[in-house]
Amino acid sequence: MVDNSKTIFARPESMTENVTHYCPGCTHGIIHRLVAEALDDLGVRERTVGVAPVGCSVLAYNYFNCDFLEAPHGRAPALATGFKRLRPDMIVFTYQGDGDLASIGGNEILHTANRGEKITTIFVNNAIYGMTGGQMAPTTLPGQVTTTCPSGRNLTDTGYPLRVSELLSTLATPAYIERVSVHTPMHIIRAKKAIRRAFEYQIEGRCFSLVEVLSTCPTNWGMTPSESTKWLNDNMVPFFPLRLFKEPETTA
Amino acid sequence: MAKILMKGNEAIAEAAIKAGCRAYFCYPITPQTEVAEYLAKRMPEVDGVFLQGESEIGVGNMLFGAAATGQRAFSTSSSPGISLMQESISYMAGAQLPVVLVNIMRGGPGLGGILPAQSDYFQSVKGGGHGDYKLLVLAPSTIQESVDLMMLAFHLADKYRNPVLIIGDGMIGQMMEPVEFPENYKEPPLPDKPWALTGASGRKPQIVKSLFLDPLMLEKNSQILNEKYEQMKKDEIRFELYKVNPKNEILITSYGTMARICQTAIDDLEERGISVGLFRPVTLFPFPEQQLFKEATRKNIRAVLTIEMSMAQMHEDVQRVIMGKTPTEFFGRTGGVVPSPEEVIDQIVGLLDKYSGKKNTKRSSSKSKKA
Ligand SMILES: Cc1ncc(C[n+]2csc(CCOP(=O)(O)OP(=O)(O)O)c2C)c(N)n1
Ligand code: SF4
Repeated sequence: MVDNSKTIFARPESMTENVTHYCPGCTHGIIHRLVAEALDDLGVRERTVGVAPVGCSVLAYNYFNCDFLEAPHGRAPALATGFKRLRPDMIVFTYQGDGDLASIGGNEILHTANRGEKITTIFVNNAIYGMTGGQMAPTTLPGQVTTTCPSGRNLTDTGYPLRVSELLSTLATPAYIERVSVHTPMHIIRAKKAIRRAFEYQIEGRCFSLVEVLSTCPTNWGMTPSESTKWLNDNMVPFFPLRLFKEPETTA
Repeated sequence: MAKILMKGNEAIAEAAIKAGCRAYFCYPITPQTEVAEYLAKRMPEVDGVFLQGESEIGVGNMLFGAAATGQRAFSTSSSPGISLMQESISYMAGAQLPVVLVNIMRGGPGLGGILPAQSDYFQSVKGGGHGDYKLLVLAPSTIQESVDLMMLAFHLADKYRNPVLIIGDGMIGQMMEPVEFPENYKEPPLPDKPWALTGASGRKPQIVKSLFLDPLMLEKNSQILNEKYEQMKKDEIRFELYKVNPKNEILITSYGTMARICQTAIDDLEERGISVGLFRPVTLFPFPEQQLFKEATRKNIRAVLTIEMSMAQMHEDVQRVIMGKTPTEFFGRTGGVVPSPEEVIDQIVGLLDKYSGKKNTKRSSSKSKKA
């Protein structure tokens, strides 16, 4: 018999066979896959080192089929800097949540971007602290209820949500910075392109690259997965516009 | 190689280069900034990495990333900066990464001052950061010894896959002395580094981490660490005796440059017919416990006097080791005040009065009166 079967979907080589521990409907898993596909497409898995954050994706090293470092909370960009400076031939990426990157690690990401380290950061913004059970993050939206702002985020007390991509794109140092989302298939396709582009900039040794990915946290938002994607679209996208903020070409 | 006159901080920097280290991360802080200034010029000459980080938190974690490559890397700082590095030090100890750190100590607590002190003893030898771990801690007393210990530190870090910390007071950093670097430096063989992250090419992915969510695995990791510390206690104890002999009435124990001031006092006292010996620990962890116990409990020793530029930190270890078998006394100045040989002499004379007749040693002193 002739085998007419054709593989239309397979696990990327850059992912392990481990079943992720993420909650149902959480988009961390999709983002992992997009990173893995980019590593496969660009053929760099065997010379890649990932740096895991502290947050729900702390165990990312169980799911990526490449070398990994596990960083202290917020410090992944510093570890990535140290590693990449000694091994400029390797591909180094950090994978960080919004508490990790925008709060405790604010200084590390700012200076890593400003030094123009040739690393790639995948910044997962789900507007909440997932791992510790749903506390306010620097990215929590105005009025959004979390366990540490039970009456909704009060802007007078806590200021406005931090727009990391906008903030970092004000730096004079050349960089690639884009914000994407993964709440619909169309957005996933765009996110994949951005993540791939980010790694390309690194492979070409051109600049620091960061892709901010809007992500869901159904568990701590207290919603079903489909309510979550809708909430993300209706609330997060208006505050965190999806766009390309910066490319090395457009940097003065 | 001929001797050259060098400032301590610069000698430490050059020793790292001579030990084959090609990566240095720093954040300026007095009194050790000359290490950074020296290496800012020197590292590029040897194709090494020099990077000034955004903070000591950043620097410690850069070191963490650098060490994961399997290459030698180090950083230097002073007390408040070392406090900020404690996070990364704990992680590196947990993840078993070999790195070298130097603390040119200044007075604390808080911002304290910028003058020499030894008040980070507890932080250095008792943990410093969170969790069950130890650093291998070396304390040089001369610039030459700083060079020798610096080179040894890289070796010991690799040998044990553990951070090694050198602590010197501000004088070690700032003093100038003639030093000699070994020619054709060769180290004893070291284990390979199969744990280093070099890319999962032709092998399974490798992970460098300190996270073990399964309590049994975490306990196992702590046991592995502990076995290394026990091995260090067997193999790495280093100390020096100065004028220790059966005529000693008092035994001083002191480390770093403070021990040198004690040597001057001991020489002076000798001329006056008073015999005092010095026990100088070189490794603060592992602490030379049995060796100190042996010297401190000899029949001729009336009292052991710990002298530090702190408010009695190493003294707690001295007391722990001697277990009351010989009286223990403490003298120290702190905040950047360095005790003079005369102050040390006064202390000794006072002790001889206090302990006269307590042990069967004959002693004639016109000053002796019962305290
Ligand atoms: C120094 C330190 N402080 C606090 C914590 C506790 N902690 C663990 S994860 C986390 C927040 C993670 O949130 P985020 O980065 O948004 O990632 P998510 O879990 O949402 O993916 C916190 C505060 C820690 N591990 N270390
Ligand atoms: S807590 Fe939130 S971010 Fe974490 S795995 Fe669950 S859904 Fe995802």
